Amino acid sequence: MTRFILQRVITSVITLFLASIVVFIGARMLPGDPAQVLAGESADPALLEAIREQFGLNQPIWVQYFTYIGQALTGNLGVSTRDNIPVAEILLQRLPITLELAGLAILIGLVIGITAGVVSAVKRGTFVDYVATGFGLVGLSVPSFWLGLLAILLFAITWQVLPASGFVGFAEDPIGNLRGMILPATVLGIGLSAVLMRQTRAALLGQLSADYVRTARSKGVTRGREVSHALRNSLTTVVTVLGLQLGALIGGAIVTEQIFVIPGFGKLIIDAVAARNYPILQGAVLVAVTGYVLVNLLVDVAYAYLNPRMRLSGGSE
Amino acid sequence: MRVLDVSHLRVEFGTEDGRIFAVKDVSFTLGRGEILALVGESGCGKSTVAMSIPRLLGDSNVTIGGSVRLNGADLSSLNEKEMQAVRGKDISVVFQEPMTSLNPAYTIGNQIAEVIRQHQKLSRQAAKARAIELLELVGIPDAARRLGAFPHELSGGMRQRVMIAIAVACDPQVLIADEPTTALDVTIQAGILDIFRRLRDTLGTSIILITHDLGVVADIADRVAIMYAGRIVELCSAQDVFSLPSHPYTRGLLGALPARAVMQGGRRRLTDIPGFVPPPTTDPDECQFAPRCPRATAECIIRRPALELVAAEHEVACYHPGPGDTP
Ligand SMILES: Nc1ncnc2c1ncn2[C@@H]1O[C@H](COP(=O)(O)OP(=O)(O)O)[C@@H](O)[C@H]1O
Ligand SMILES: [Mg+2]
Repeated sequence: MTRFILQRVITSVITLFLASIVVFIGARMLPGDPAQVLAGESADPALLEAIREQFGLNQPIWVQYFTYIGQALTGNLGVSTRDNIPVAEILLQRLPITLELAGLAILIGLVIGITAGVVSAVKRGTFVDYVATGFGLVGLSVPSFWLGLLAILLFAITWQVLPASGFVGFAEDPIGNLRGMILPATVLGIGLSAVLMRQTRAALLGQLSADYVRTARSKGVTRGREVSHALRNSLTTVVTVLGLQLGALIGGAIVTEQIFVIPGFGKLIIDAVAARNYPILQGAVLVAVTGYVLVNLLVDVAYAYLNPRMRLSGGSE
Repeated sequence: MRVLDVSHLRVEFGTEDGRIFAVKDVSFTLGRGEILALVGESGCGKSTVAMSIPRLLGDSNVTIGGSVRLNGADLSSLNEKEMQAVRGKDISVVFQEPMTSLNPAYTIGNQIAEVIRQHQKLSRQAAKARAIELLELVGIPDAARRLGAFPHELSGGMRQRVMIAIAVACDPQVLIADEPTTALDVTIQAGILDIFRRLRDTLGTSIILITHDLGVVADIADRVAIMYAGRIVELCSAQDVFSLPSHPYTRGLLGALPARAVMQGGRRRLTDIPGFVPPPTTDPDECQFAPRCPRATAECIIRRPALELVAAEHEVACYHPGPGDTP
């Protein structure tokens, strides 16, 4: 197990390194000149040159990269080109908002997805199963921006039970914060729950006909216990799928934050792209990628933990 | 004293390709402390008989007829909840597939404790102590440490011993073992049969032992039921099956089996009999062994022969029981 975790940590570090290069170069491949954006369309060449000098934009790209990485490792992600505020400070402000959104979305996705998957597998072929399977199909095919607009239309405009936008910090007003987060988190979690529902259902159906379930039955346990025997062996699939869905979740978060005007990471990235604010863009994407890699690492560890075969073979090596 | 009384058991599966008559009409009784061997070629319905006794044929497309009585009480009148109280406590099963019959995600200690705590009000500690005792009973060394092991850490033979420990955890009156050693190495077989014998001798457990192996029958069984195409064709004592086999099918099974090798516990498989087993999709009123039978006459395909006594405690379903190729 330790060895397995160590291996995964090393791969994660390599992944992060490669990702940082891609992010760095990618940001610079965006059309448009940041100095130009900052100085305005009709700025004179001397001013442009001064700005380039200030942000190191006139140096070779690899020098820029290593300078950047060297500072990043000490927690210095540069300053925003717009207002000179340290990027790290801005990110620290925005990160909790997106984490809350994503965390709530994952929670909603897990609860709805696993519950619906279990119910439809256990009640296979019944009305409930058709409803859940139908929900799974719809949830997969409906784009989140459309779902978001629909949710705003229904809950915020027609019924007026939840706010359409207007983010409040959790520290200021926890209830108001949660009221504002329910719609976006649900919209973001629905797609995830649809995927999880389908995978849970398929995995559980496979496991329910396994020999060990018949053994459990022969012991005189209830149907619920039989299902939990099978579910325990389906969870590895669920965890894997959750890991694979994280990328989609991050993408979805960007869209959702735009729709519901939530000042999180997604909004920060989109605004940074528009303003050609490289330091913010790089910093935000880098942190997002780091988060993605970390969570994947956690997923792998959870997977190993859920699968005793792996837990032990890793430990005895 | 009869512990189990199976009478006119019929099991049909509804499949996409039509109905499967897996068990057509099976009746037998099991006395206390008796070991009954259920013998027959693959597909003749042995497992289906075994699984229908504790109602483990879960599928909704199964039709079960006849009755199963445990100490005189009809099990088919019990609802699912009442049946759960019987499974694992009064009637237990050891399955044919030791490699897949245990849950890979739980320790064996957990899996043994589950059945104990399901039927007895025991604390976690007491259940654990009982689990250790059971592992020792089935001959697993270093039992206390093994409780924390996962199934994949054990060999097939060890896993089957764990299955037996689970099955006997609540001192069942009836133990059904479906080819418990078929998937295992020959050398392991004797040890497992020993456990069964010990259970019978110490606790008076009644055992239905399904087997392909006539050596096993000679070794441990008191009585034998020979099955063919969903029916019992011969039912007699274990001695009689070797000394006075009366159904041509039984004689065919024994054909190439020297009596002495059997008595020494040699592992011999059932003999191949020329011809084919009839498909289980029909249930005609005739002797289904007739097409393969050297003694068949016109009578055999007009009406099905019923099980009848040919000697004391020896029933045969044949118009022409006895030795030789012609009636
Ligand atoms: N769940 C099922 N659905 C359909 N047919 C089945 C099912 N279980 C068993 N059968 C059929 O019933 C017959 C008897 O099977 P089985 O009891 O397993 O025989 P045995 O244990 O003697 O090899 C076989 O033809 C088998 O294909
Ligand atoms: Mg079988």
